[in-house]
Amino acid sequence: MKCTKCGEPAVVPIRRHNAAFCTEHFFEYFDNQVQRAIKEHRMFTPDDRILVAVSGGKDSLAVWDVLLRLGYQADGFYIDLGIGDYSKRSTEKVLNFAAERGANLRVVSVEEEYGLGTRELARKVRRPACSACGLNKRYLFNKVALEGGYDVIVTGHNLDDEAATLLSNVLHWNTGYLARQSPVLEASAPNLVKKVKPLYRLTEREIASYAVLRGIDYIVEECPMAKGAKSIQYKHILNQLEELSPGTKASFLFGFLERGREHFEEEREQVEVRPCRLCGQPTTGDICAHCRMLQRAGVAVAGD
Amino acid sequence: MKVTVPIPVRKVYEIKGPKRVQEILDELGLPYESVIVIYEKRLLTPDARVPDEAEIEVRPAISGG
Repeated sequence: MKCTKCGEPAVVPIRRHNAAFCTEHFFEYFDNQVQRAIKEHRMFTPDDRILVAVSGGKDSLAVWDVLLRLGYQADGFYIDLGIGDYSKRSTEKVLNFAAERGANLRVVSVEEEYGLGTRELARKVRRPACSACGLNKRYLFNKVALEGGYDVIVTGHNLDDEAATLLSNVLHWNTGYLARQSPVLEASAPNLVKKVKPLYRLTEREIASYAVLRGIDYIVEECPMAKGAKSIQYKHILNQLEELSPGTKASFLFGFLERGREHFEEEREQVEVRPCRLCGQPTTGDICAHCRMLQRAGVAVAGD
Repeated sequence: MKVTVPIPVRKVYEIKGPKRVQEILDELGLPYESVIVIYEKRLLTPDARVPDEAEIEVRPAISGG
């Protein structure tokens, strides 16, 4: 297989573009896709201060790497979830990544913050682990970004993540979620920081390829709490369709963003957002979901 | 050849070579879109021929949660 651009041996085929690239031209393709996403959706500019939410996995470290290389002011933010050896290995990967690049990294430990790890927290509040973890992450991303004066939060969500979420939302007709699904979640209320997904045009295979070719040492193993997750099943199903018809995932997602989402606009709930009585973070109620979760877990909440 | 699939549970397969990457993936029942194939720190494309004495890693690219 030869590189579509230069004829040298290819290392990454991209069937949906009927193309294959050598390392050099794959990097060029990868950077172009990220820059196109940033520009088309006005995600941020070189003047903005960016907080990249990193987990130690390929997607978040790849997006941090590409933003640093493109010259953006991108600091990392890592949450040590306190999930046994998995979290220890993830922490090590993130610390090494930041040290090798001389990049700024903020770290928050769930155990140090609340006195218990994610598994215990979820058990105490009788929530699925991924649900408690997700709530915790979203809360901490916004809080740390606000306190640090960042303009935007970057996450490593990719084309497969977004296509799987879309499939799930369509299968369950979650019309409110369909109205909101986007590569950009604007800061729609005071104290809410804008969130963006610069990798949404790239597949997981392309991102894993980028990480290996760039020598990024990421955590390969799956989070033990995510075993059997529905999102992984949806990704497998979408990849089977992709094998049969290359480009299916991209046309499903991009077609929805360009022509489908507008039809769900009226489903977007108009809610009043106010500061949480306990922590001051934005919420639609009196006390935010995160503070309520901590209260149920018996964790002391400031202002309570 | 020795084929290591590191996750979800690390497994090592012995497959008779030489074979093309696509044939190896077909044998393992893994679509190329879901994995990357690594041989001596290089990525292999589906048409690449893998010699019998090689040790390769078929690394799933899908993550979730």
